[in-house]
Amino acid sequence: MTRRVLLALSILATVGLSLLPFLWFVLTSFKSQGEIEAAPPGWWPSGSLEFYRAALFDHHLFDYVLNSVVVAGSTTLLALLFAIPAAYALARLTIPGKQSILAVLLCVSMFPQMAIAGPVWRLLDSLGGLNQRWGVVLPYVALTLPLAIWILASFFKELPPELEDAARVDGCGPWATLFRITLPLATPGIFTAAILILIYAWNEFFFALLILTQPEQQTLPVGIALFQGEFTMPWGELAAASVVATLPLIVVVLLCQRWIVSGLSAGAVKG
Amino acid sequence: MAELELRGISKSFRDQAVLRDISLQVPDGSFTILLGPSGCGKSTLLRIIAGLDNQTSGQVCIDGTAVDHLPPAERDIAMVFQQYALYPHLSVRENLAFALTIRRTPRRVIDERIAEAAQLLDIQPLLDRKPKDLSGGQRQRVAMGRAIVRKPKLFLFDEPLSNLDAQLRTSMRIELKKLQQRLQATMIYVTHDQVEAMTLGDRIVVIEGGRIRQMDAPHRTYAAPADPFVASFIGTPPMNLWEGVLTTRDDKTVFRSNGLTVPLPARLTPPQARQESAATIGIRPEDIALRETPAAVQVDGLLELAEDLGADLLLHCRVGDLRLVVRAARRHDTVPDQTVRLFFPVDKLHLFIDNRRVDPSPTTPT
Repeated sequence: MTRRVLLALSILATVGLSLLPFLWFVLTSFKSQGEIEAAPPGWWPSGSLEFYRAALFDHHLFDYVLNSVVVAGSTTLLALLFAIPAAYALARLTIPGKQSILAVLLCVSMFPQMAIAGPVWRLLDSLGGLNQRWGVVLPYVALTLPLAIWILASFFKELPPELEDAARVDGCGPWATLFRITLPLATPGIFTAAILILIYAWNEFFFALLILTQPEQQTLPVGIALFQGEFTMPWGELAAASVVATLPLIVVVLLCQRWIVSGLSAGAVKG
Repeated sequence: MAELELRGISKSFRDQAVLRDISLQVPDGSFTILLGPSGCGKSTLLRIIAGLDNQTSGQVCIDGTAVDHLPPAERDIAMVFQQYALYPHLSVRENLAFALTIRRTPRRVIDERIAEAAQLLDIQPLLDRKPKDLSGGQRQRVAMGRAIVRKPKLFLFDEPLSNLDAQLRTSMRIELKKLQQRLQATMIYVTHDQVEAMTLGDRIVVIEGGRIRQMDAPHRTYAAPADPFVASFIGTPPMNLWEGVLTTRDDKTVFRSNGLTVPLPARLTPPQARQESAATIGIRPEDIALRETPAAVQVDGLLELAEDLGADLLLHCRVGDLRLVVRAARRHDTVPDQTVRLFFPVDKLHLFIDNRRVDPSPTTPT
């Protein structure tokens, strides 16, 4: 009994610790300038929407949101487009040095971004990708591919190969097998990979700051960071913008959660 | 419906030979069993017929045409897998319709075929369920239905009953036999279960070590096994087999092994008999008599253990250093460590020289 109480308390403490800063930001975003500067600060806001108005209209938050949607969306689609066939091949085909390929992929994803910043900048400069939204999409795709391939490959490996044999005997060519049998069954894996890529691309700051120097192309993390003026720190606007930036991600994750149902392949084979 | 011919099929994985020179004809409408222990290559052979694996050499012909270059989709073969392999994201109805939809069969025909197969297999109430909501036996029926709706040239079964419990397996076995008789279809069935093989097949192909050991009517594989392997593999409990030496002197042939001497009738004497040759002799547990029998070799054994199977008894005996099993009527008295007198009727003895069966010559008088 005491163990269960202790467990419950530690869970509460952990959850509280992670959510408290976020809660504070949400509360701050609904305060007025006076409430923010009050000492000691109060918990409950008056419900002012002034900071939201300022963030959306004075700081052009909508443009940043749009840029982030484009960048994160195309990163996710492109990364999946490459990761799905790669993962499928690594999971199913006999490829010499398969384990080494997977190991190298893992190494790539561990590379510190700082170490490749210079080369990436030079590369994009010569490609004309600086200050272009596709200029950040490219490195994002490269950096998220290893993780996506790992997740998807492990999902494909878990699908019973007999299902694909059955599809082939039933008359499917390789593409029909992939689209009618393998992909529908790998849906949970695809959504898991998609969400992780999306979160990465949505939150990424370093490359976005490096490559996107014009406000017209900047994504949310960079845009919000640059709210800060030389002598001012607009806490209220920052809080409101952060809430706006986080909401779409939460909505997407919650919507996708119902697709991430493991055990979808139950009933295919014995047991 | 079609006939299948395999010409010299061999298959190696790296340097490991899995199948060696398999040649075999499956006539139209026959039920052929590929029987063998696990790892003998029987499933690989089935996959080669289906086109899921490629042979290293040899030819697969359906209706006289080589199909080696054709992918599985174009061979017009249906396969029932050991693990059922139902598509979990599709309902039973969609599972049944899948292959026909891929082939762009008109909707009306698909519906007709599904109704027909569902009635045949008694799965009408399950059509709108998902595979995960079915029991093992029901999944097995759906898997068969998926093959039936296609009306393929050839049905392939890869140990389809091995995941069912014993009772269900027996009833499905009977249904499968009825189904084959009704459809008059050519079926090839892989199993390691000799009971399934004996009851289902018109013909059994015994495979071991990647080679065909015997290809015969089921009863023949039991009554006249081609080699010691087949003799020990078919029949429960297996045939008693002893290795020993065959000595021929003055037209009399005697088999000797540790503590066992069996004079053989002249008609079992191999025509090319040498003075002495290594041989294996065998007799089925059910052929050993416990009462005086005419033309029988008499042997005294020590009863070590009696197993009561209900219908009859299995007596585990020792003769010299050799062990043997006798199937006896239940009324027989059994006291362990007692000496039992055993009679081997000579016409029930099986003789193998160089791992080949020596058939008794009917012309020579006994």
